[in-house]
Amino acid sequence: MSRKPYVREVSKTRWFLRQPRYMRYMMREVTCLSIGAYALVLVLGIKRLSEGRAAYEGFLQALASPGGILFHLVVLAFALYHTASWFNVTPKAMPVQIGESFVSGGVIVGAHYGAWIVISLAVLLLAGAF
Amino acid sequence: MAKSNKPVVWGLFAAGGTVTAFIMPALVLLVLLAAFGRVPDILTYEKLHAFAAQWWGKAVLLGIIFLALWHAAHRLRITLHDVGVRADATVAVAVYAVAAVASVAAAFYLLRI
Repeated sequence: MSRKPYVREVSKTRWFLRQPRYMRYMMREVTCLSIGAYALVLVLGIKRLSEGRAAYEGFLQALASPGGILFHLVVLAFALYHTASWFNVTPKAMPVQIGESFVSGGVIVGAHYGAWIVISLAVLLLAGAF
Repeated sequence: MAKSNKPVVWGLFAAGGTVTAFIMPALVLLVLLAAFGRVPDILTYEKLHAFAAQWWGKAVLLGIIFLALWHAAHRLRITLHDVGVRADATVAVAVYAVAAVASVAAAFYLLRI
């Protein structure tokens, strides 16, 4: 080893704070925390549902508490960020080739947003939200 | 025989990312509506119970939950590596185990409905 090895002074835990680009990357990655947490809440909801009406309605009431509403607002914000960031990388993740040329990224991303709006409206409509 | 299980792990991650990207905001919005006193039909006990009592209703719920959990588990594994946790084998076992156990629990409760 050389006498003065070059050591990059980059923090292993805070490296992403150095650049907006890295921070956006990390923001995208930590959406998984809220998605995982929400999936666990769904499991809990199914458990309560299987335990009968009283248990399920107690579960809904707990979600309507200030803490429950705050949790859902945070999850909603991260879920929207996940949706946008997921759609925005689709041209890289699955480029579509027709003949010799590739479909432009904007079309692929736009199609995802369009489908997302239709699916969201369909879910809300079928669920009786309106 | 495949030499690596990466395609399966990543494929489920991508499937979960896609499913959650499309429906998670709407799902959270439904619950928020309920929290503000405008309970959507599907979230009343009768309707949700009837939905989860059908085999395809169970399949939809379990599919969403499993894929969301797997997606979160895989991304958390990668993110932990990114913030300096280098014990990948331990992390991988832990996150996938949580996803698997919670999914099995969801299946167990669904079968009791």
